[in-house]
Amino acid sequence: MGINENKGWNRDQIAARIAADIPDGAYVNLGIGLPELVANYIPQGREVIFHTENGLLGVGPSPVKEEEDDELINAGKKPVTAIPGACFFHHADSFTMVRGGHIDICVLGAFQVSREGDLANWSTGEPDAIPAVGGAMDLVQGVKTIIVFTQHTTRSGEPKIVESCNYPLTGKGVVSHIYTDYAVIDVKNEGLFVREMAPGIDFEFLKSCTGAELKLYE
Amino acid sequence: MINKIVGTAKEAVAEIFDGSTVMISGFGEAGSPIELIHALIDHGARNLTIVSNNTGNGHIGLAALIENKQVRKMICSFPRTANSVVFPELYRRGEIELELVPQGTLAERIRVGGAGIPAFYTPTSVNTPLAEGKETRIFNGNPYVMEYGLKADFALVKCKIADRYGNLLYNKTARNFGPVMCMGARRSIVQASRVVELGMLDPETVVTPGIFVDKVVEISNPLSENQLIKENRRYPWA
Repeated sequence: MGINENKGWNRDQIAARIAADIPDGAYVNLGIGLPELVANYIPQGREVIFHTENGLLGVGPSPVKEEEDDELINAGKKPVTAIPGACFFHHADSFTMVRGGHIDICVLGAFQVSREGDLANWSTGEPDAIPAVGGAMDLVQGVKTIIVFTQHTTRSGEPKIVESCNYPLTGKGVVSHIYTDYAVIDVKNEGLFVREMAPGIDFEFLKSCTGAELKLYE
Repeated sequence: MINKIVGTAKEAVAEIFDGSTVMISGFGEAGSPIELIHALIDHGARNLTIVSNNTGNGHIGLAALIENKQVRKMICSFPRTANSVVFPELYRRGEIELELVPQGTLAERIRVGGAGIPAFYTPTSVNTPLAEGKETRIFNGNPYVMEYGLKADFALVKCKIADRYGNLLYNKTARNFGPVMCMGARRSIVQASRVVELGMLDPETVVTPGIFVDKVVEISNPLSENQLIKENRRYPWA
């Protein structure tokens, strides 16, 4: 996916860093792609229930090949399992969980995140692209805490954390925390606060590859 | 006597007319009523508006219906997936219309359509291109977008078990849009992997009450889209 494997955290380390901040008892929705890795790193002793918007609470690990079931899949249409205590439900109930504020945390990917927590992650706005939105706009408006899991810059080195998004928005002012290969950043009314930097990353370097003002906690 | 069971998929879809709006259950392959869709291709109704989360895979099922030029417009949340080739090509050529709807808004529009509610307000899509041109209103200081309920002439739905009253049980995540589509359509046409005698379903566990269902056809071994795609099959069968 172009996450810089040489500097800062790799994608599994980012996933583990996010997982470490998910509290016991949380109901969590993981976006398609990189965010799915977070499920592999929930610390022992914590019970976290994963929701997938196509109708399952209690998503378990990937099945072995012989046990794959075309009718037991996640939102990325990949085969999954259901844990003991899981339940199935239809789409309107599933999105009542999402839109009604019943899901605690959602981890999503991003094209861009702005200083004010605007998220762009569904369309690059290119004229010949086939627009597809899925559940992203529902998740960002309805879930209590939105976490972004992304590389700090694009493949060509452009900042993904920007003053203001130029891609079409998924939601305005919706992101609470950003976890990248370089840092953990909290989005607050007063701006973007760096909570933690990956080993080998310093504040000057971080600022040089970020397109919005960063602050340090006092 | 009430008996919603019909003998064949052909008979089940015979009433679908040109220009109708048809909801089709499924999230990707899971829950897609492939035999009913193939029967609709044989039947030939055209100029259809299809409400479905995706646009089908490969050259079978919903993708084959689109490829056969029977669909005028798609209302869906995610029109492209790894195996969707038919819709993107037609869309780029301007030969099919798309109404893109956030997934939760799509489910809710169908649900309220079935509940007799003409419209509702939601924060989903506020401040995005998908809210452009829509009425917005402030509640408790926050903006909401007005969305209309969706109703259809027909629903085509796949389930696991049914009885002759049309009570339905589904299978795992293949349930997805089936229950709300049965509510949102004027006529709901269902394919069930098994039909059982009245009284065999526990009333406590019935998912779709039979009042929302009009016809049921038993298709005991439904085709696997995944398998057909691996075999590079097309419908109508070559």
